Amino acid sequence: MRVLLSHPERSVEIKGPKKAKDVLRELNLVQEAHLVIRGDELITEDELLKDGDLVEIRPVISGG
Amino acid sequence: MNCTKCKTKAVIDLPRHNAAFCQPCFTTYVHDQTAYAIKHARMFGPDDRILVAVSGGKDSLALWNILLKLGYKADALYVDLGIPGYSAKSREKVERFTDTIARPKGATLHTHTVQEEEGAGIKELSNLVHRPTCATCGTIKRYQFNRTAVEQDYDVMATGHNLDDEAARLLGNVLHWQEEYLDKQNPTLPASVEGFAKKVKPLYRLSEREMAAYAVLNKIDYIVEECPMAKGSKMLLYKEALNRLETDSPGTKHRFYFGFLDKQERGAKATQSMADKDRASLHPCAACGQPTTGEICSYCKMMARAKVSK
Repeated sequence: MRVLLSHPERSVEIKGPKKAKDVLRELNLVQEAHLVIRGDELITEDELLKDGDLVEIRPVISGG
Repeated sequence: MNCTKCKTKAVIDLPRHNAAFCQPCFTTYVHDQTAYAIKHARMFGPDDRILVAVSGGKDSLALWNILLKLGYKADALYVDLGIPGYSAKSREKVERFTDTIARPKGATLHTHTVQEEEGAGIKELSNLVHRPTCATCGTIKRYQFNRTAVEQDYDVMATGHNLDDEAARLLGNVLHWQEEYLDKQNPTLPASVEGFAKKVKPLYRLSEREMAAYAVLNKIDYIVEECPMAKGSKMLLYKEALNRLETDSPGTKHRFYFGFLDKQERGAKATQSMADKDRASLHPCAACGQPTTGEICSYCKMMARAKVSK
């Protein structure tokens, strides 16, 4: 699956299937500081992500 | 994972409440928490005129959206700081929100452009007065929001500070034992003297992650980038540390900040003591008339230094 990340903007490939919380763990990101969005949908941490999914991991700290 | 309330598919889990919500139930949760905060901390009533400080970020736009949805009379002020590559984007987000959501509900957007009013952008101003950019930005924003609220007869000024903002600020104040700042961490600060607007933080019960989720789920288009001037700031470091603690021990931020508020309430009446202290120490600035502890307020001093340096 392709995973889009911010700060700085970049994308990485992660092998599925994997739960959202395991993708966060693999990228060393804490759940409390991020939202996981599949396509246009916000998903919970137990949701299974598959190869072919387009996933955005959005940091919740933004603006200023 | 299913919604704790209606048992349909959940879109967000909230470990600190041991709960998960679908989109409609989560939106109701955010509105209820905000309504409870407004009532519990005696922020404002249904007839009050509210000025929301908006930046183009998720919290301030979500706050404006929630207040309008709850039926309050809420206008907003945006301060264009002239940050290259950032202010234009954030202004566009604010203007789009105003055009599509706020104005149709009868709300007004006020705009203050630093480059036009102060004669230079924030970066140039902070160089001229030899102060960090975030400190210069804070002085300008606080001054202009207060001034607009007072001059345009708003009953109260509302900011989008969330639970994470307050917990991180508290951590910073406690780490450096800045006890004199603790009184100002109450979610409601009274209009203690003539020239000071009442200030409130209706989102203090909601976390940063909850506010980002609210913005995404309610299709509020906000600026996702961090302010380039804030890179490396201590507040970001404190937030990161608290989020690590929160992930391992859900509810940490809530217990830290609400424990502080409880202790403050049980001790001296904080809001009252702050009002007394303000009355004793503040008087009108000799240059602009806004309240200050010195002869000249920090904003006027800063602008005078900026003019001399030019």
